[in-house]
Amino acid sequence: MFYGVDLTSRLMLGTAQYPSPQVLLEAIEASGAEVITVSLRREGAAGGAFRALLAKSRCRLLPNTAGCHTVREAVTTARMAREVFGTSWIKLEVIGHADTLQPDPFALVEAARVLCAEGFDVFPYTTEDLIVGEKLLEAGCKVLMPWGAPIGSGQGLRNLAGLRSMRAHFPDVPLVVDAGIGAPSQAAQAMELGFDAVLLNTAVAKAVDPVGMARAFGHAIQAGQEGFVAGLMPERDMASVSTPVFGLAELA
Amino acid sequence: MRINLNGQSIETQARTLADLLTEQGFESPCVATAVDGDFIARPLRSGTLLNDGVKVEVLSPMQGG
Repeated sequence: MFYGVDLTSRLMLGTAQYPSPQVLLEAIEASGAEVITVSLRREGAAGGAFRALLAKSRCRLLPNTAGCHTVREAVTTARMAREVFGTSWIKLEVIGHADTLQPDPFALVEAARVLCAEGFDVFPYTTEDLIVGEKLLEAGCKVLMPWGAPIGSGQGLRNLAGLRSMRAHFPDVPLVVDAGIGAPSQAAQAMELGFDAVLLNTAVAKAVDPVGMARAFGHAIQAGQEGFVAGLMPERDMASVSTPVFGLAELA
Repeated sequence: MRINLNGQSIETQARTLADLLTEQGFESPCVATAVDGDFIARPLRSGTLLNDGVKVEVLSPMQGG
């Protein structure tokens, strides 16, 4: 599924912006997530506590290259992450615009090519553009992660038709909606479209009760996935009776 | 010698990257290093000589989305 790794939970959870390391740990537990995203930074005050938490969490780590704007920065960050986290998984972000945090697709493809050649398992944060997706696959990526909406915006699936096209265009490629999810219903919607997983952070971390919200997302993603597997009924323009007409009494 | 460590200009006696980590009190196995924007793998730290004005980044696992 994801570079040879099958996941039971299809939620990938970010670890930033929680009120405390303890709340983060409880949120991970409550969500059921088996993959958490992490980063590399100059060590801050919470560094020691975070390392202890990573040791405790049984999750697979997905380091990111958040904040990188060039191929060189992203490639160097990925190499550093592989050494310090001991995993070849990398969530590749090459940011193109400061306000929208949308990826720079040209730099993204170039960085993906370099990293795939070095044996990384690249999870590229991309847009729903089909041609960029194809170029990323050509570069060696075996997963694509289109955005739902700008990072941290909580707008949900802003281009539903585009995401649906992407699912149809890449039927055999694991696709993860990454970023922009604000509510459990939006995550369920992504899964109902047939996406393979959802990656989110802010919606849980900034909830009034992050642990409760983590649990809600876990349920929603499971419900959406089960709904997709069970096969949604086709939409109709007009009503269609559900109670049988046969046997209806004449009371008029 | 003056170098730039994680954005701060500092004075150091260290000749190599490995010495610098020890001098500055970093827990060596818990950090990743880069010199002038290039990744320096752990086994190469002791052979990486520092020059005046070099930019060193020492990064740790932190929270991320």
